[in-house]
Amino acid sequence: MSSIRIRSKLSGNKVQIRILIAHPMENGRNRDPETEKLIPAHFIQELVLSHNDQPVIQASLGGSISKNPFFTFVLKNARAGDKITVSWIDNQGISDTRDHFIKPI
Amino acid sequence: MSETRRFFLQQTAKLFFAINFIIPRLAWGKWPQQFFAEGSLEQTVKRLFNDAEFIDTNKINIQLPRVAENGAIVPIKIKSSLENIEKIYILIEKNPVPLAAEFQLSPEVAIDLSARLKMAESCQVIVVASSGDKLYRNQRFVKVTVGGCGG
Repeated sequence: MSSIRIRSKLSGNKVQIRILIAHPMENGRNRDPETEKLIPAHFIQELVLSHNDQPVIQASLGGSISKNPFFTFVLKNARAGDKITVSWIDNQGISDTRDHFIKPI
Repeated sequence: MSETRRFFLQQTAKLFFAINFIIPRLAWGKWPQQFFAEGSLEQTVKRLFNDAEFIDTNKINIQLPRVAENGAIVPIKIKSSLENIEKIYILIEKNPVPLAAEFQLSPEVAIDLSARLKMAESCQVIVVASSGDKLYRNQRFVKVTVGGCGG
């Protein structure tokens, strides 16, 4: 199952996009409560949102973003049926991508 | 015979070059490690913006809880009426890595976004928006009752 969930809400020609990603976002400074060992850093570094295959948002993230990151963005010129793609890559080289099509109102 | 071998080697080299450098992949690998280094807010700001001047403005509207009960999830909402914003930075004053996120936005993105932050302790959350060579800034103080750099 994809780690990314995308929801969109169209109003007029604006669309609000909500993104929820399942990811631990470990910043590398936390200790495992049982073993007292440092949990290695594991966080999303780059997030790209594309609108009809054109990248419109490119985000660089650090370990100060919460676990299971949640973002919302608003695009100005969107229509029903437009394709939204969200991709991420983390500091361990793991990545994921998901497409979403904006539903009509 | 060595001619064909040379040809073969040349072609292999070209193919290798094409696979690695020419065929476009998603533009990964631009993560600016130096900006996400541990350090003080001053050091991070200096690395990010050099000694550029900030224009303090309330045209960047930041919505944050006044008191965050759980520092692991602090919701932030940023809205702005400013035009032509190209980048938005979220900085958390007292986190070990002050820069939380840098968003590069194309003109079709409205300045109306939200995210969730981790905060180690009570401090200022600073939002910087860049437009051309101008840097706009606004900040909010958040009181954190339970520190949450933990997950």
